[in-house]
Amino acid sequence: MAKVTFKTDLCKGCSLCVGACPKGIVKLSETKLNAKGHHPAEVTDPEKCIGCAFCATMCPDCVITVER
Amino acid sequence: MSEKVLMKGNEAIAEAAILAGCHHYFGYPITPQTEVAAYMAKRMPKIGGTFLQAESEVSAINMVIGVASTGKRVMTSSSSPGVSLKAEGISYLAGCDLPAVVVNVQRGGPGLGGIQPSQSDYFQSVKGGGHGDYHNIVLAPASVQEMASLTFKAFDLADKYSMVSMILADGTMGQMMEPVSLDAGEVNTYEKPWALTGTNCERKHNIVNSLYLKPEALDQKNFERYEKYKTIEENEVMYEEYLMDDAEICVVSFGITARVAKNAINEARAKGVKVGMIRPITLWPFPKKVLNEAADKCKAFISVEMSMGQMIEDIELAIRCKKPVYLCNRVGGMIPTPEEVLAKIDEVNENGGAF
Amino acid sequence: MSVVFEKPKSLTDAVLHYCPGCTHGIIHRLVAEVIDELGIEGKTIGVAPVGCAVMAYDYFTCDFVQAAHGRAPAVATGVKRSDPSKIVFTYQGDGDLAAIGTAETVHSAARRENITVIFVNNAIYGMTGGQMAPTTLPGQVTQTSPYGRDVETVGYPVKVCELLSNVDGAAYVERVAVNNVKNVKNAKKAIKKAFQNQIEGKGFSLIEVVSTCPTNWGMTPEKALEWVDEKMIPYYPLGVYKDIYAEEEAK
Repeated sequence: MAKVTFKTDLCKGCSLCVGACPKGIVKLSETKLNAKGHHPAEVTDPEKCIGCAFCATMCPDCVITVER
Repeated sequence: MSEKVLMKGNEAIAEAAILAGCHHYFGYPITPQTEVAAYMAKRMPKIGGTFLQAESEVSAINMVIGVASTGKRVMTSSSSPGVSLKAEGISYLAGCDLPAVVVNVQRGGPGLGGIQPSQSDYFQSVKGGGHGDYHNIVLAPASVQEMASLTFKAFDLADKYSMVSMILADGTMGQMMEPVSLDAGEVNTYEKPWALTGTNCERKHNIVNSLYLKPEALDQKNFERYEKYKTIEENEVMYEEYLMDDAEICVVSFGITARVAKNAINEARAKGVKVGMIRPITLWPFPKKVLNEAADKCKAFISVEMSMGQMIEDIELAIRCKKPVYLCNRVGGMIPTPEEVLAKIDEVNENGGAF
Repeated sequence: MSVVFEKPKSLTDAVLHYCPGCTHGIIHRLVAEVIDELGIEGKTIGVAPVGCAVMAYDYFTCDFVQAAHGRAPAVATGVKRSDPSKIVFTYQGDGDLAAIGTAETVHSAARRENITVIFVNNAIYGMTGGQMAPTTLPGQVTQTSPYGRDVETVGYPVKVCELLSNVDGAAYVERVAVNNVKNVKNAKKAIKKAFQNQIEGKGFSLIEVVSTCPTNWGMTPEKALEWVDEKMIPYYPLGVYKDIYAEEEAK
């Protein structure tokens, strides 16, 4: 049981979290734009998250909080 | 007054700094101020203070910034080429509104120049010297006693106004020995809520900084700083008047040349020439008011300086060019002789101060 | 469930001004995590450089002073000498530390000044728009080396860790990177040791962090991470270059 939360408005859409996720479940949103005008990162299949925090480790902007 | 001791000017500055509560000194060897560093090297370890010989003047002034940012009294000293190197740091001190004392025991320039006394860093000192709009408080000692007492004053003014105080001496002042009283009197302490002392997780972080990316903010900051400078110009001007009551000719001179000029004035007076002197002790703030008042009574001014005519411009501005100002100068390490100054006084006296 | 990863307490809520994917953000976070874990937030004083990280003072909750270009180690020296009980660190880029501030870097190391230096090497001047840095790789194209860095005319990159490994005063010098999760974890270990050394009075510690500049390298952030592996690390090998205490123990 793990959960990742994104502070969406801080996201700059850099994708470093996308490449870091071992489960391939972090993606940049194709539909949403945040206040900065970026496509923010989001999790496509939350139930597959293992709470490894790799995404948060690579995030330069402290967008991601991980719970496990 | 405490008992007098015989000291070199440079050593008097160093000891006065310690007595004023300066326990951190950063320097770099350069003639003719090296005695300051040597004295600090001996004394600081004995009082648990810091003497550090930096790798450059640039580093020394930045170490000064470090200590100043923590709110403690700190000093560096150098001579002309070294002060040029410190200019960047002095500008940052001004931009951060940090108090510090910088000593310049001047030698001849430009470039490597010479090692003999000079006053040719006048512009550099009183107009700022580095980039940006700012002033330093500039104090010009004319005796070993003043090397000490103006050092006390420099630390007080630096803390009072959160800015750089500069002692603008010259090679003669630094090297000569005279009896000096080292009585600091009461040392004032000033609140420094901006100091970097660690938040102790009890307050918001303090930031010491000179960067303002918003033009409106930088504009405002500069105007605020110049309000402070205005207060200083109103309250902190220091000068000595010598035989000015009936003077028709006013000599203006500071530091070593003021002492020479005094001898010449005495000789001129003996011949019946009505000449006196205004000796600025603060070069910034410059004693504009007293000079302007003198211009209403005197027929002419003589600026005696060891530069190619730098202070003369401030005299002309101060008196709004109401009367002629003549230059009597030597440079390159040469000190004007009393005879040279007397000859200039005679010449000005004879032509009656005509433009 | 409990929180296993969140923004460290020693970072303020200010939004980082860095470009998307710039690894300055990761390095800031690592420093803040270390400050949190060592419980030194209240007695830490940072020294900000000139360069992209000039506004670091807005991002950390500890006291901060902003130094002139290259002068951070000299300013840090003053701060530390003023109160040796404080934890003093500088955060500097390659232009700041390895070009205009080379003397300050080498001499603060030589004095074994008890400070921690975080050196971010991304092989370019970022803030001024991507000019050649002292660490720009041979052949690398920048605004001021438009035909690629030609070592025949402008010389070779400065390898700071290798240089400082020959300075007797330097206590601990390590090069790390932040281009993947494993390297980020190693980088944090190194940064923590550099702060721990200072707490224990062990003297000058410098951590060189091989970083990226996607904007001025002209590539996506992800591609920039790959470029670190392909180009940067071969020229700037990771590892401990000096650790006088480990050397003493080994004897």
